[in-house]
Amino acid sequence: MRALKLLALLPFAALLGGCDFVVLAPAGDVAVQQRDLVVISTILMLIIVLPVMALTVFFAWRYRQSNTAAAYEPEWDHSTQLELVIWSAPLLIIICLGALTWMGTHLLDPYRSLGRIAADKPIESKDAPLNVEVVALDWKWLFIYPDYGVAAVNELAAPVDRPIRFRITASSVMNSFYIPALAGQIYAMPGMETKLHAVSNKEGAYRGFSANYSGAGFSGMHFEFKSLSNADFDKWIGTAKASGNMLGRTDYLQLERPSQNDPVRLYRSVDRDLYKAILNMCVEPGKMCMSEMMAIDAKGGLGREGLNNTLPLTYDKYARRGAPLGTEPTFVAGICSMDEIKDAPSREVTAPLDLTPLRGFGLKRPPFSPASSTSLLLGQRPKSES
Amino acid sequence: MNPDLVKMIFGRLNLEALPLHEPILVGTFAVVATGGLALFAIVTYFRLWTHLWREWFTTVDHKRIGIMYMILGIVMLLRGFADALMMRLQQAIAFNGSDGYLPAHHYDQIFTAHGVIMIFFVAMPLVTGLMNYVVPLQIGARDVSFPFLNNFSFWMTVGGAVLVMMSLFVGEFARTGWLAYPPLSNIGYSPDVGVDYYIWGLQVAGVGTTLSGINLICTIVKLRAPGMTMMKMPVFTWTSLCTNVLIVASFPVLTAVLALLSLDRYVGTNFFTNDFGGNPMMYVNLIWIWGHPEVYILVLPAFGIFSEVTATFSGKRLFGYTSMVYATVVITILSYLVWLHHFFTMGSGASVNSFFGITTMIISIPTGAKMFNWLFTMYRGRIRFELPMMWTVAFMLTFVIGGMTGVLLAVPPADFVLHNSLFLIAHFHNVIIGGVLFGLFAGINYWFPKAFGFRLDPFWGKLSFWFWVVGFYFAFMPLYVLGLMGVTRRLRVFDDPSLQIWFIIAGFGAFLILLGIGAMLVQFAVSILRREQLKDTTGDPWNARTLEWATSSPPPDYNFAFTPVVYDNDAWWDMKRRGYRRPLTGFKPIHMPSNTGTGIILAGLATAMGFGLIWYIWWLAAVSFVALLAVAIGHTFNYHRDFHIPADEVVRTEDARTRVLAAGAQT
Repeated sequence: MRALKLLALLPFAALLGGCDFVVLAPAGDVAVQQRDLVVISTILMLIIVLPVMALTVFFAWRYRQSNTAAAYEPEWDHSTQLELVIWSAPLLIIICLGALTWMGTHLLDPYRSLGRIAADKPIESKDAPLNVEVVALDWKWLFIYPDYGVAAVNELAAPVDRPIRFRITASSVMNSFYIPALAGQIYAMPGMETKLHAVSNKEGAYRGFSANYSGAGFSGMHFEFKSLSNADFDKWIGTAKASGNMLGRTDYLQLERPSQNDPVRLYRSVDRDLYKAILNMCVEPGKMCMSEMMAIDAKGGLGREGLNNTLPLTYDKYARRGAPLGTEPTFVAGICSMDEIKDAPSREVTAPLDLTPLRGFGLKRPPFSPASSTSLLLGQRPKSES
Repeated sequence: MNPDLVKMIFGRLNLEALPLHEPILVGTFAVVATGGLALFAIVTYFRLWTHLWREWFTTVDHKRIGIMYMILGIVMLLRGFADALMMRLQQAIAFNGSDGYLPAHHYDQIFTAHGVIMIFFVAMPLVTGLMNYVVPLQIGARDVSFPFLNNFSFWMTVGGAVLVMMSLFVGEFARTGWLAYPPLSNIGYSPDVGVDYYIWGLQVAGVGTTLSGINLICTIVKLRAPGMTMMKMPVFTWTSLCTNVLIVASFPVLTAVLALLSLDRYVGTNFFTNDFGGNPMMYVNLIWIWGHPEVYILVLPAFGIFSEVTATFSGKRLFGYTSMVYATVVITILSYLVWLHHFFTMGSGASVNSFFGITTMIISIPTGAKMFNWLFTMYRGRIRFELPMMWTVAFMLTFVIGGMTGVLLAVPPADFVLHNSLFLIAHFHNVIIGGVLFGLFAGINYWFPKAFGFRLDPFWGKLSFWFWVVGFYFAFMPLYVLGLMGVTRRLRVFDDPSLQIWFIIAGFGAFLILLGIGAMLVQFAVSILRREQLKDTTGDPWNARTLEWATSSPPPDYNFAFTPVVYDNDAWWDMKRRGYRRPLTGFKPIHMPSNTGTGIILAGLATAMGFGLIWYIWWLAAVSFVALLAVAIGHTFNYHRDFHIPADEVVRTEDARTRVLAAGAQT
């Protein structure tokens, strides 16, 4: 029966050849390192899993009832040596895996700026990251390029070998921003910002999508990630600049309304503060920004009078926001103007460009050359001054 | 009529809530209604209503309640599996511009319902049912600590299931995914009744689950037979104890988080909204603080079943009993320290993520130790490959794969690329089907003869086994592959045609599982028809080791005429070895709890209250709430709570068994 099962699996092996295993063969350095971790941990675990499976089959067959030649010891139920082995063998594997996890998680923290372009390419000071502000809308993606003043819906372009710094938020519900070929995913949440650092090393068109279910139009919420040469990227920016569309606050409020399977749209100019307003949920005129509210609350709040500082909610994305037994839906009215609102301080992790603190002060330089190594743990660190 | 009055009477319930425009649902309703009517007619024709009410619905006997839990689980399995088939079909055909046959509105309800039903109304009742049936017998008790509470718990679980099933034909179910993350599940984005059905279905059932957890903890702690110290308890009882501790500690968290969500939805608070200081991340944390222990609530009893089955069918003591117990306890504790691994991608810092990643991996150490313990129980045994043992071996081979992919997902950077993908779906079905369900099937085949006095038919059982196991691999291995191709979960349509073949294979696997379920139902039917041939008169058909096999099959109402005394953790094995003789004289009247209809009435009222709240029928909610309190208080004045089985009836029962045993010994 088992042999039959294996035979039945053969055609699948053939199938596997024709597939695009983007997670196992990605185009970006971060995803490549994540892939390495997947592979290394799998191999580590197979060290224990394969013997267990083999032993299961072997014991099941060897000690079957009809095999009276096999030993039978009905009272044997303890062996200190064996117990030591069965607890310590998994423990050892987990110690290795745990160390790998600790280091891998820190080095591949999506909030951490990149330490290298690729395994053999350390980052240099000229590689200023490309900033992209990502907004997950119902049910499409908005990408704002603050450095260029352009924006795009459902299309993302970036030059090859240039670090990209994503700042990610959402307009209404939770989504997850994921381009498998580029880097792992991170949630996009309304009123909050997440970050992702990544770099693409291969030209091409890759798939990006939301990896967290967000409602009716979820299936169509995908976009193309274009990894372009520098020249092509400039051309792409040019196309965007040449398009007639502008994205102001009112345009955004239109765009934000739920829609499905939206076509690609490019915008030649974007309201300077739009992303900040989306993040602080105050695109609607007159609404108080979250950062403002937090600043007021941090100073003790507006007191009792603050309760009256609300206006009735007129527009809503869905049927209504009010609860059956609650009060009529309202929003808090703003006090400051947009310009006065400061960005909330946010957590930023920088990859060390100098290895000295990692080596320890006054110690000799270790006898390896990190930048040329392709190993997961060492390769991340850039070549230091030598 | 005055619309305000209509609104006051019916809330937001109106004829539009009936899905008359959805042919699939109308068809389903026709089938369910016909089946229901047929069942009703049969019960009425054979005048079984009084019998059902007196002997089953109002029973406080843990054995009957256990059986009713199992029936509930199996019935709900059919619904949950129908959802699974529909999803597989949709995903297999929605390619090349085709929209499939399910609109988003329907499809999104189906995957939500599938998850909710399979966890809360299939796995939980089956697990609770087995614990209910087996634990008191295994520890030599007459019943659970609080027999009435047990009946009430069961009916509350049924009440939750009724609400969830009702959403199929009256209104709709949630379109949020099975954990209903806000803001999507908040009133702004899900204004319909779906999420309210979800909330009240789970709240009503949650009361039952929590109370049954308390009940079983008390039972295990207080009602063990003399001599059965903690370290002489059968392993299934140990895992049940740990599971119930987990239930009692984690279900209140679920209740609380759902209560907060309902406050957001009903009275406009802002716990999990985007504005006004609400924070949806809090919900995600809280729900997983319940959700992760829940996984172990399901799998620990399965581990217990495998321990009993492996020892029995290897004809050998369980290897490493002590380390098995400690492994169970360690898993229980650790299960509270890992919840964040469900959302590494929410942007916690690297140190937080690695902490939770590493604690998750540490759980694999005691789990691995358990695996080795079963392995070395088989070593130098005499393994009989009866159905329970077949399921156990299938589990051992399947579960290690699921365990491995689970540890892989616990590595945060690896999770970043696999989270929410079909790889994840494959992983948790791998552990829940390969672990929990295979365990439950092993348990059902193992304890069925105890419950009914005859074995399950092995031919259909084996057929079912092979369909299930092969079907499982066909259904879920393609999902691992798809996950590595970067395909995410809950998609309704696809535009990459190269993926289709994998979904077709997965759909084929689901079809094989359908045959497996069919074969299992046939197995039950055939076994009932052939019950004379499959009869077991000994009460111990498998030559087993623990106390439940010391009494007759099915056990008498009082389980044991005399409470057994325990000297060994394989109590029955030890009794057999020492040449135990059944006591034949000296029987005394036995003190027993009386049946009561209060449990089913209370649960009915709770369900009505849930229905009122879902549809904003405030008067119904208020009336049923007041009635709920009144009946509960009224029940405290019920003084007919117990009776004695007279000594001569005990003598009759035991003499009958003596004759049966003697007849069995001669043949």
